[in-house]
Amino acid sequence: MRMFDGRVLLKQVILLFWPLISTWVQGAEKIDSCQLQVLEMLSSLGSAGGKSAKPSFVSYVTPEEIKSEKEPSRKEKHPDLLPGEVVFCSASTVLKYTQDDLSQRGVFGVLLCTNFRVSFVSDEEPTEEMGQLFKNKLYGENDIPLSCVDNIYGGSEDKRKLITGGLVKNKYPSKMIIHCKDLRVFQFSLSFSKEEDAKKIFQGIVHHCLEPKSLRCLFAFSYCENTSYPEAQRKKQTVMFDSVEDWTQDMKRTKGNCRVVSENSNFELSPKLPQYFIVPKNVSDEDLTKYQGKGLPMWCWSHHSGCALFKTASIPLVQEDNVPQTYMEKMLTAVAHNHLYSVKTEDLSDTLPTVQDILLSYNKFKQFFLIDNTTEFWMSDMKWFSSLDNCGWLDIIRQCLQKAVEVVESLEKENTNVLIMEEGGSDLCCVVSSLVQLMLDPYYRTLLGFQSLVQKEWVAGGHAFLDRSNHLHLKDKVESQSPVFLLFLECVWQLQQQHGPAFQFSETYLTVLSDSVHVPVFTTFLFNNDGHRDSLLRAESPHTQRSPLNCPTVWDWSVQFDCKAQDLFTNPLYTEKPKQDTSVRKSYRPRHLRQLSLPSSAFKTPPKKGFFKDEADNLKKILGVKRLSRWMLSPSSDSPQTSSSVREFYEAWQTKPLDYHGLLLPCLDGPSIRVWMQRYLRWIHDVQILGGGPVAMLSKVSEILGEVQELQRQLDRHGCTLTSNHKGARPRAKTAAAVIAARSSVRLSSSFPFVTSRNWAFKPAIPTSLLQSLMVTGMPGNLADREDDGGPESLV
Amino acid sequence: MASASIPVYNRSNNPLENSSSQNDPSVTLNVPLGAIGRVEKMGGASSRGENSYGLDITCKDMRNLRFALKQEGHSRRDIFDILFRYAFPLSHGLLLFAYLSQEKYEENGWSVYKPMEEFRRQGLPTDKWRITFINDNYELCDTYPTILVVPFKATEEDLRKVSTFRSRGRIPVLSWIHRENQAVICRCSQPLVGMSGKRNKDDERYLDVIREANGTAKLTIYDARPSVNAVANKATGGGYEGDDTYQNAELVFLDIHNIHVMRESLKKLKDIVYPNVEESHWLSSLESTHWLEHIKLVLSGAIQVADKISGGNSVVVHCSDGWDRTAQLTSLAMLMLDSHYRTLRGFQVLLEKEWISFGHKFASRIGHGDKNHADQDRSPIFVQFIDCVWQMTKQFPTAFEFNERLLMTILDHLFSCRFGTFLYNCESARDTNEVRSKTVSLWSLVNSDSTSYLNPFYTPESSRVLYPVASMRHLELWVTYYIRWNPRIRQQQQSPVEQRYMELLALRDEYLKKLEELQLTDSSPNSSHLSNSSASNAASPTQHINHLHTPF
Repeated sequence: MRMFDGRVLLKQVILLFWPLISTWVQGAEKIDSCQLQVLEMLSSLGSAGGKSAKPSFVSYVTPEEIKSEKEPSRKEKHPDLLPGEVVFCSASTVLKYTQDDLSQRGVFGVLLCTNFRVSFVSDEEPTEEMGQLFKNKLYGENDIPLSCVDNIYGGSEDKRKLITGGLVKNKYPSKMIIHCKDLRVFQFSLSFSKEEDAKKIFQGIVHHCLEPKSLRCLFAFSYCENTSYPEAQRKKQTVMFDSVEDWTQDMKRTKGNCRVVSENSNFELSPKLPQYFIVPKNVSDEDLTKYQGKGLPMWCWSHHSGCALFKTASIPLVQEDNVPQTYMEKMLTAVAHNHLYSVKTEDLSDTLPTVQDILLSYNKFKQFFLIDNTTEFWMSDMKWFSSLDNCGWLDIIRQCLQKAVEVVESLEKENTNVLIMEEGGSDLCCVVSSLVQLMLDPYYRTLLGFQSLVQKEWVAGGHAFLDRSNHLHLKDKVESQSPVFLLFLECVWQLQQQHGPAFQFSETYLTVLSDSVHVPVFTTFLFNNDGHRDSLLRAESPHTQRSPLNCPTVWDWSVQFDCKAQDLFTNPLYTEKPKQDTSVRKSYRPRHLRQLSLPSSAFKTPPKKGFFKDEADNLKKILGVKRLSRWMLSPSSDSPQTSSSVREFYEAWQTKPLDYHGLLLPCLDGPSIRVWMQRYLRWIHDVQILGGGPVAMLSKVSEILGEVQELQRQLDRHGCTLTSNHKGARPRAKTAAAVIAARSSVRLSSSFPFVTSRNWAFKPAIPTSLLQSLMVTGMPGNLADREDDGGPESLV
Repeated sequence: MASASIPVYNRSNNPLENSSSQNDPSVTLNVPLGAIGRVEKMGGASSRGENSYGLDITCKDMRNLRFALKQEGHSRRDIFDILFRYAFPLSHGLLLFAYLSQEKYEENGWSVYKPMEEFRRQGLPTDKWRITFINDNYELCDTYPTILVVPFKATEEDLRKVSTFRSRGRIPVLSWIHRENQAVICRCSQPLVGMSGKRNKDDERYLDVIREANGTAKLTIYDARPSVNAVANKATGGGYEGDDTYQNAELVFLDIHNIHVMRESLKKLKDIVYPNVEESHWLSSLESTHWLEHIKLVLSGAIQVADKISGGNSVVVHCSDGWDRTAQLTSLAMLMLDSHYRTLRGFQVLLEKEWISFGHKFASRIGHGDKNHADQDRSPIFVQFIDCVWQMTKQFPTAFEFNERLLMTILDHLFSCRFGTFLYNCESARDTNEVRSKTVSLWSLVNSDSTSYLNPFYTPESSRVLYPVASMRHLELWVTYYIRWNPRIRQQQQSPVEQRYMELLALRDEYLKKLEELQLTDSSPNSSHLSNSSASNAASPTQHINHLHTPF
């Protein structure tokens, strides 16, 4: 790739690229009449400082310029626009700095802002096709979906200022730094562009990325109107939990014995409640309508012993008014009735960090990865561990996992019903309940199972994705922003890291899923709950017959990746549970029953915290307490005891042979909770291990897996009976391995598949500023200054 | 341990076994006596409380053992005396266990390293570099091996002159030469500059001859120490090569701290991992030990050396005496540059050459059989080096032929005194004590069972230079070594990745065999392929159900 020294070549470059300045028009010309309507609507929202209410593209160029850009060679100087995508503004001769050093080098190109993304199109001819393997079909490596923009900084010389939107009128900085939510960092210099263009692109990007907007302006709506997804293909086998059948099925699968509620199918009970849900048998119709669903125990999962996990939005218990308390009491009794009159409740608001804590911690944490340059990187390397520690992110992950283990212990060891609650009931409740199910139920560790779990607990479960991500930049929603779903994925990653072979999906899958939250195309992450989704999709539908707008969900992976790339979502270490012989199958029991490694009978210890029928009277007493205490039936259990009990539970589990298709518990010790390297370090040039990293090993596994699968196909063709232990050698009809297998591990780097090594010189990263890094202090007798081999014979 | 019975003690010296007959599971501990660093009595006759009276054993391998004993009788005195005597045989005029061991192995590990062979493998001698036997009787330098490679242009007389200006006579000699660009890694000790800033024309010329050998403009001298320490060394007669005196050389300090700092650092690390892993603020605690930071400095020093060599520039590496930090740097750089050292045999050669033959003071650093646990000469320099190697194997899991088990085995026998490999400070001492004839080499053990030390993922790539990333982001604590005594750390014989890989390999072989058989029967005239396949299809309906992949 050619590099320009910006300052020296300034003149030359401007001459060279003058004709390109208005290349965006190519995109504009594509817009047909029906899209103009959209364009008008969007531009009237105030593109480029609300300059005009008309389609704004006219005002950007003079007719002469339009003539001059008709050269065919310039055709490709805009990204391939997606259906429904419209260019708002653009500027040419923008310099995109290469990230890896301070030398101010970079590549020139056109910077555009569309209704979907900020896009940089390099003037350089695309070099190799190396990066094509894991190409995202929606956006490329130089594209930033608008919702993915995290912060924009204006820079001049060495100062850097956070742009908060609205402030800039006529000024624009010479340098624009964009931090993305997927942790990429872009730096653009606007000093070589025409002043007018630079101002417009800067203001345009700031406006579209940071200013409040309405939900209808999100790209999904214009995208979906212009594309169609065949419904049948779209759902595949992910259980969407948008029908009575889906819920009934899941309850049957886990042998639950609760009541499926379909009274809310038109959101008559409450728009905040899921369309369909499950409650304990003893909950009456009348109970359903009280408190807009607050306090209603929603079934999550049933343990094979019969006890089950429920979650609920807690009702603020007002002291004088006794009504909610009576209601709560009734609900608790209903939960207790589910199995052996036992119940434990846990108010997560009391014991886990708040959504604000989570946001604060993550904001500190992510800064360690938004690295502008090499110097900054090595400076921060010195205090890496303590910085990590101080931001508390890993500790929050640990706390969530620990809480989940506590719940697992209650279900698995004590066979007690558990009701977790929090205000809203759709944040940490979702985190904990999903983690519990991942640990207990191997089905959720398959790819489709996991997707179904997210549908069940998060999407149908009413996690407020829209508010939590604040895609719309609404000022009144700033407070509710919080990366709760990411926190969940982090916890899953920890589990997966510790017990790799237990998961059918790969680390890459989780990373991509975490990125997809910020791609405003999928209905999965755009709404706050079922009711919200339903009403908007109906309202936006172009068809009068009120069939809702047909949008892809994130599980339609083919929207983003082709099949080959999707192969990287499966974990080559995963093996299916070896099938048992047919005689066993006759007496059918739900799958998970056979797979739980710890029969509950093994743990029939006297229930420490559970309670049984005769204790039911206590309920009333305890419920009189203003706030439900954690594990309210054992007021004495404070946290050290709990954690030691959890430890015992873990240790008892650990002494048993590990069954990847059974119960999984995470180790919570300091060294075991780690940083999700792939997600956080993938863009940082200095830490890429060329030809190394875990991928070097995994690709060899994939390689051999591919060979084995090929052999199996050949044997099949011969009609050979494979009786022996062909353990999981058939994860899919087609090979999951061919992709990586074709590539020698040498060329892969530790950030595979996200960054390809084509841009890198094979030069080692040598840490700078080493001397300052090690201040050896507090050494007895100043050992640091001593000679290695002291004493009289030290020197000749 | 409530009322532990007297530890069952194996008088044949090795190993020590302690089984406590507690209520249910009897615990069996296996501690080589060589790993014991310190034995102390705790509590006196008047001590109260269950576990206040007994023995406290500090081990060199990151664990402490405490045994509670009954106060009646003199059981403790006996066991203490015996332990003390046999754990520290050299302090009691006894022989190290390696001299008593009768072990026999198929392979003779002493034949692994033959200096001439290794130099020949590197393409030596050349017209610029010659092999000298000047040190045949350890006269030039008593801590160097007998066979040395020096510049062709330097006469024996030159070498003698240079040796007067290098600490302990450890003159710059060749460790490794790059086959293509002929750049070399030379190692030595510090020049004896002293307070007055002495110069030595012979030394200056000698270094210039090294530079000339492959015709580069500048020779880079890596001084492993922090510059402050190098300056301070002038006071005791040492120092560093000044810019003004060594015209065509540049001097770079690598800021690696001394043996005392490393010792304290590992001590702190032990405090946070044994007996329990520090719960709160684990990462901050880890950082405060500086252990990984030292690892980072050593690795990045070696990266710089390797990078210079790849760029065609010769380098000279030294610290103060050239047997601690220097050995770390040269051997790590060689590991990065030369894929031969990443093989099982090659790694043994590397250790034999850069550490054992060039006089890393194993005896002083480890204190084999010596009761003086507070000896200031002790330091985990070699452990730190093995940790660096482990970090590299972590970052490049397919680049090394050997596995983690080899590294653990090496460290276990660094202390165990079961093999002669790591005994004594230098070759001359080993000759005197007839190590090669009277003890068994560790490599006999390893090479007699080499398959269990092999990395299944190994993919040989001969010409590749491995640059690890020396960033704290990638460096991690070697949990399976430092915290292996913690029951909560799952000790896996094989990593799940490895296990899966082996399974698949076996499966592939099985299928290949089957396919071959099938093709044989297919080609035989009597069986038609069609009928064959349809028959077996009909016969195995269940099989085909198994193939479907729809768990739910």
